[in-house]
Amino acid sequence: MKRPTRTEARNARAAFGFLLPFLAVFLLCFIAPIGYAIYQSLLKVERPAPLGIGGPTNEVWAGLSNYSHALEDERFINGFGRVLLFGIVQVPVMLVFATALALLLDAASARWVGFFRTAFFLPYGIPGVIASILWGFLYVPGISPLVEIADSAGWQVDFLGRDAVLWSIANIVTWQFTGYNMLVLIAQLKAIPGDLYEAARIDGASAWQIVRHVKLPLIKPALVLTTVFSIIGTLQLFAEPMVLRPLGTSIDSGYTPNLHAYNEAFTSNNQHIAAAEAVLLALVACVLSFGFLKLVGRGPRDGRDGK
Amino acid sequence: MSQQPPLRHRIITLSLLSVAAIYFLVPVYWLTVSATKDTGDLFGTFGFWFANPHPVDYLHDVLTYDDGIYVTWMLNSLLYAGVGALAATLLSAAAGYALAKFVFRGREAIFNVILAGVLIPGTALALPLYLLFSEVGLANTYWAVLVPSVVSPFGVYLCRIYASAAVPDSLLEAARIDGAGETRIFGTVVLRLMSPALVTVFLFQFVHIWNNFFLPLVMLNDSDLYPIQLGLVGWQGYADRAPELYQYTVGGAFMSVIPLMVLMGVLQRYWRTGLAEGSVKT
Repeated sequence: MKRPTRTEARNARAAFGFLLPFLAVFLLCFIAPIGYAIYQSLLKVERPAPLGIGGPTNEVWAGLSNYSHALEDERFINGFGRVLLFGIVQVPVMLVFATALALLLDAASARWVGFFRTAFFLPYGIPGVIASILWGFLYVPGISPLVEIADSAGWQVDFLGRDAVLWSIANIVTWQFTGYNMLVLIAQLKAIPGDLYEAARIDGASAWQIVRHVKLPLIKPALVLTTVFSIIGTLQLFAEPMVLRPLGTSIDSGYTPNLHAYNEAFTSNNQHIAAAEAVLLALVACVLSFGFLKLVGRGPRDGRDGK
Repeated sequence: MSQQPPLRHRIITLSLLSVAAIYFLVPVYWLTVSATKDTGDLFGTFGFWFANPHPVDYLHDVLTYDDGIYVTWMLNSLLYAGVGALAATLLSAAAGYALAKFVFRGREAIFNVILAGVLIPGTALALPLYLLFSEVGLANTYWAVLVPSVVSPFGVYLCRIYASAAVPDSLLEAARIDGAGETRIFGTVVLRLMSPALVTVFLFQFVHIWNNFFLPLVMLNDSDLYPIQLGLVGWQGYADRAPELYQYTVGGAFMSVIPLMVLMGVLQRYWRTGLAEGSVKT
C-alpha cells in the first residue's frame, strides 16, 4: 500500500470529523445495546434469601442458561411460530396487493391518480398504536358497525376470537403498510424509461405482457427491499397485539416474541431472560433477512446496476 | 404519449382502485364520525353515521381532561419527532457526505456496519438500551427517547447515495482552492446541494419517531413525558373503568392523526423523490 499523501491525510481527518457525531450516537444506541444485551443475557440473579424476598441480590455468571430457559419456554417458541405463520401469509398478501395497486395506478388515467395515491398512502401516517385502537373499535362487538352490519345480515363474526385474531392483526398491518410499499414500487416504476414500454408496445406486446415481462422484472429490487423491511417488521410485532389484548381473551402475554420479552422484563422482572430473548430476536431477524437476500441472490448492497 | 387504453379497461381499473380506496378510507371516516359522539352514542348508535354531533364540545373535553394532559402529550410528540428528526437529518447528512466524498481506509467497512443497523429490529435494541440507560440514570427522561431517535442508518444510506450523485468533486476542489475550510464547505455548499434528500430523510425520521411506540413505552414512566400514542393507549386501557375515556380516546386519536395526515398530503412529492433514490439504487 502506498503511503498516504498530505491531502489524503487531511481528507481522512475531515471525513472522520463529519462521521464522528453519527458514529458516536450509533455506537451508543446500536452497538452498545447489543453488547450489553449479550452480556446481561449471560448473567443471572442469585437470591440469597429463600423465595427471593429480602436480602441483597447479586448477579452471577449464568452461561447459556438464560438461552436454554428461553428456548424451552413453550410460549416464547409458540410466539415465534405465530409470527412466522403471520409473515408467511401477511407479507406476500400485502406485497401482491401493493404491487397490484402500483400497477393499476401506473395504468390509470392521470386525473384520479393523485387522489388514489394519497388515499392509499394515508394510513402510513397513522401510528401503529392509533391504527390498532381504531381497528380495535371496529372489531369489538357493541361499538363496531362492521359487526353490526354482519349481524343484521345473519352472519356471526368474531374478529377477536382465538383463531381470527391473528388475521385481524394482519389486517391492521396490511392496512397501514400497503400504501407505503406501493409508493416504493411506484417510485421504481417511474424510474423505468418510457421508451422501454414504447419498444415493447411496438413489438406487439399486450398490456399484460408488458407487466409480466417488463415491469415486474424491473421492480424486483424494490420488491426485495420491501420484503426485507416487512420481514423485520413482522418479527417486531408488538403494538397491535398489545392494544387488542384487553379487548378479548385470545391474546396472552407471550403472543409474540416481543410481547413475551417485554413482559419478561417488566411484568416478571426477569431482565436477564428478557435480554437473552432480545438477542435471539435480533439473531432470527438477521438470519431471516440475510437468508432472504441470499435466496434472491443479492447482498444488501450488490446489484446496483440491477443485475 | 401513448393512446388511451380502451374504455372497458379504464372502467375496470377505476372500480378496482375505488374498492381499495374504500378499504383504506373507511376506518378514517369512522374515526371522523365517532369523534363527534359521546360514549353513550359510541355504543348506542350506528358507527358509520352521525348522532347528536357536538364536535367542538367533545374535542374541548379531550383537551382539558386531567389538566390538559393531552396537550402535554402532543407537545412531547412534536418535540421528540421534530427535534429528533432535525438532529438525525444533520448527522446523516454529515456522515453520508463523508462516506460519499472522502476516500479513507475502512470506509466500506463502516458503511456496511451502518447498513447492517437497518436490519436490526428496533424493539430488540430498546430493551437493552433501557437497561443501559437505567444504569446511567437516563431512563425516564426526555433524553431517553431523543438520543436513540437521532440515529437513522437509512438516512445515512440515502445521503451517501444522494451526495455521490449531487455533489460534484470539481466544486469541492474549487472551494478548497479558494481556501474555504471543510466545515464551511459542508455548511454552505454541500447542505444546499443535498437539500432534496434531506427533506426526505427528515420526513421519514419524523414519521418514524412519531410512530415509535416501543421505545417510549420501555423508557418512560412519568406520564408528563409521554408522547401522544402512549397516553392514548393508557386512556384506552382504562376505559372500561372510566367510560368517558372511550370518547376521549376516539376524539384524541382523531386530533392526533390530523398533523401527520396534513404532512403526508402536502409533502407527498418529497416522499417520492427520496423513495426513488432509495430503491432504484439499492
